[in-house]
Amino acid sequence: MNNSIENNQSTPVQNQTQGEDIVEVDGAAGRLDTGEPIIRFEKVVKKFGDVTVLDELDFDVRKGEKVTIIGPSGSGKSTVLRILMTLENINEGVIYVTGRPLWHEEKNGELVAAGEEHLRDMRKEMGMVFQQFNLFPHMTVRRNVTEAPVQVLKLSKEEANERADTYLELVGLSDQADKFPSQLSGGQQQRVAIARALAMRPNIMLFDEPTSSLDPELVGEVLNVIQRLAEEHDLTMLLVTHEMQFAKQISDRVCFFDKGKIVEQGTPDEVLTNPQEPRTQEFLKSFIEQH
Amino acid sequence: MDWNIYLTPLLQGAWVTVQLTVYSTILGAITAFVFGVGKLSDNWFYRGFSICFIEIFRGTSLLVQLFWLFFALPLLGQALGLDFRMAPLVAGTLALGFNIGAYGAEVVRGAIQAVPRSQYEAAKALDFTPRQTLRFISLPQAIPEMMPSFGNLAVQNLKDTALVSLISLGDMAFRAEQIRNYTQDSTTVYTMLLFMYFGMALILTGIMKLLERSVGRWRAGRA
Amino acid sequence: MLFGIEWDTSSNWAFAVSIFPILLKGLVVTLQATVVGFFVAMVLGLILAGLKSARLAIISWPAKFITEFIRDTPLLVQLFFLYYVLPEHGIVLPAFLTGALALGVQYSAYLSEVYRAGIESIPRGQTEASRALDLPPVRTFGFVILPQAIPRIIPAMGNYLVSIMKDVPVLSVVTVLEMLNVAKIIGDRTFNYLIPISMVGAIYLILTIAASYGVRYLDTHLPKRGIPLR
Repeated sequence: MNNSIENNQSTPVQNQTQGEDIVEVDGAAGRLDTGEPIIRFEKVVKKFGDVTVLDELDFDVRKGEKVTIIGPSGSGKSTVLRILMTLENINEGVIYVTGRPLWHEEKNGELVAAGEEHLRDMRKEMGMVFQQFNLFPHMTVRRNVTEAPVQVLKLSKEEANERADTYLELVGLSDQADKFPSQLSGGQQQRVAIARALAMRPNIMLFDEPTSSLDPELVGEVLNVIQRLAEEHDLTMLLVTHEMQFAKQISDRVCFFDKGKIVEQGTPDEVLTNPQEPRTQEFLKSFIEQH
Repeated sequence: MDWNIYLTPLLQGAWVTVQLTVYSTILGAITAFVFGVGKLSDNWFYRGFSICFIEIFRGTSLLVQLFWLFFALPLLGQALGLDFRMAPLVAGTLALGFNIGAYGAEVVRGAIQAVPRSQYEAAKALDFTPRQTLRFISLPQAIPEMMPSFGNLAVQNLKDTALVSLISLGDMAFRAEQIRNYTQDSTTVYTMLLFMYFGMALILTGIMKLLERSVGRWRAGRA
Repeated sequence: MLFGIEWDTSSNWAFAVSIFPILLKGLVVTLQATVVGFFVAMVLGLILAGLKSARLAIISWPAKFITEFIRDTPLLVQLFFLYYVLPEHGIVLPAFLTGALALGVQYSAYLSEVYRAGIESIPRGQTEASRALDLPPVRTFGFVILPQAIPRIIPAMGNYLVSIMKDVPVLSVVTVLEMLNVAKIIGDRTFNYLIPISMVGAIYLILTIAASYGVRYLDTHLPKRGIPLR
């Protein structure tokens, strides 16, 4: 098995044959032994100053699993996603993504803190959709989607544009390709953000409260796209959200986080409809009252 | 009042002023970006040098810098065995360019830092390198932010060119002083001179405003 | 020698040490010109700001034009204008005052903007409340608006004060014996420009850094909501 970066980048494009899954094709995921989780958190501790946000967290995600993370603010749920996306470091513990350590590297059989090269390599496994969309305002929709494939994956402009067309169609915005983000609604911008992340062909998609900043009437169009992704593709997805109904519809597993630990997890039916733990019950109760 | 006779030499001087303004503004722009970005760099040598450069050229008087480059530097060269004598035009361009560049560097730095942090996170999530992020994401967004201040600096630079007359460069101010010396007619000459600078400044401001608009086209749809 | 002080050309170090007091004499003139120029700028700037905010266009428009004109023309040219043109029309001032006046005129344009911005940043509600309490306009301005505006304009004012100091060398063209002029004279006579001009540069750098600390100190120690009136 060839682990070089070049191989990983060229594989997706060259393997683009008729009918093959356009959303996730990557040699790296095949590196896992069957049964090995695609994400593994081992006793991970994360502190911001004196505040412990993740408290010796153990957390696994299987390949292709759709996991929703719920919990009160400050519970660490967004932090889990941000750590995976290498936006935040960890204080203790080890994280494995597709079998390789994320924030560490193996040097002479030992685990040392990861260098920038390693992080840049690992980032390619993940794509992230942010609460505030974070589109590049000075670029058209098309440019937003093609810029990273061209500059980071070193694709040609034609290949990148092909990908852009594919993913913009997936999110239903093919006709907006030449507009600037400021000309689009919030829902449209978020859908572009999803296409932009998908265009990098990550193995894992991270959604950090993707609809929390949207006007209520725009939430549906974004959730529809995410649902289609979940149902029609084999992508591993981690979703942080307050949309409980939606979580029930698409998740294989729901995790309730509180104070940096997983309090309860299970199928949507188990956690959302019949929560066992008192804290889970309390959290969901306030939810039903407010929403 | 022989103002039309004065016009020819004044216009000759004006041409020198224009050249000097153009050269020094270009040098200033390059300096501003090199040291503005440098002040934010992770490389401590680049950063340290940028900070020193900016402090020195902002913290000392422009005329001091001009005189130092024109009178003092050659002597330093003599001591080192190098020939650092330079023509007034060169000394003027360097002094003006570095001076305005140091002020511009602060504008560049501030504008880059004003780009929202979330843009850097989005870039990181897409795996851009820091240099790619600067080139494709943050700098393009910072530039429209810099333009208003750059406009002010450009006019300031134009005004500062008058100082090169003190090292005998034949710009507009130098010519005017020559004429005054010869004719003793101060009022006409200097009134003309003031209006000529004023006119140039207005034109320059117009050009900068056009540039401002063309760079910020993508901001049009903003609420 | 200059100002009655001899310099010592035996070594570079001795030279530097011996001309230091001479440069300091120039520094005194520099500082004097700075202070006087700033004062003139503050007064003229206030007048300009007042005129610009007049409701009659026939007053405000010329004032705005004059401000723009001053801002867009070089200090050197304005200085020459005052130095040569005023005597032609009967006004003869000593060189120092002409220089300080030129500085004051040039910076009055900038300061008028600072005043305007500072006053406009005070919420309208303050004037409305004063009027509701029937306070006379002058008292409103002097005791309600101004004390609140002053902390806001201190940073900008401080910066312009430093700018004026850096512009003082321009006055050397009308024979004002400020620091750079002194250094140049020493250089003319000893053919050693390097040491005097470098020393002047270093002194300016120290002064600028000290001044920015001073402005920062003032900024942090003046309460943001205004000068307290008991």
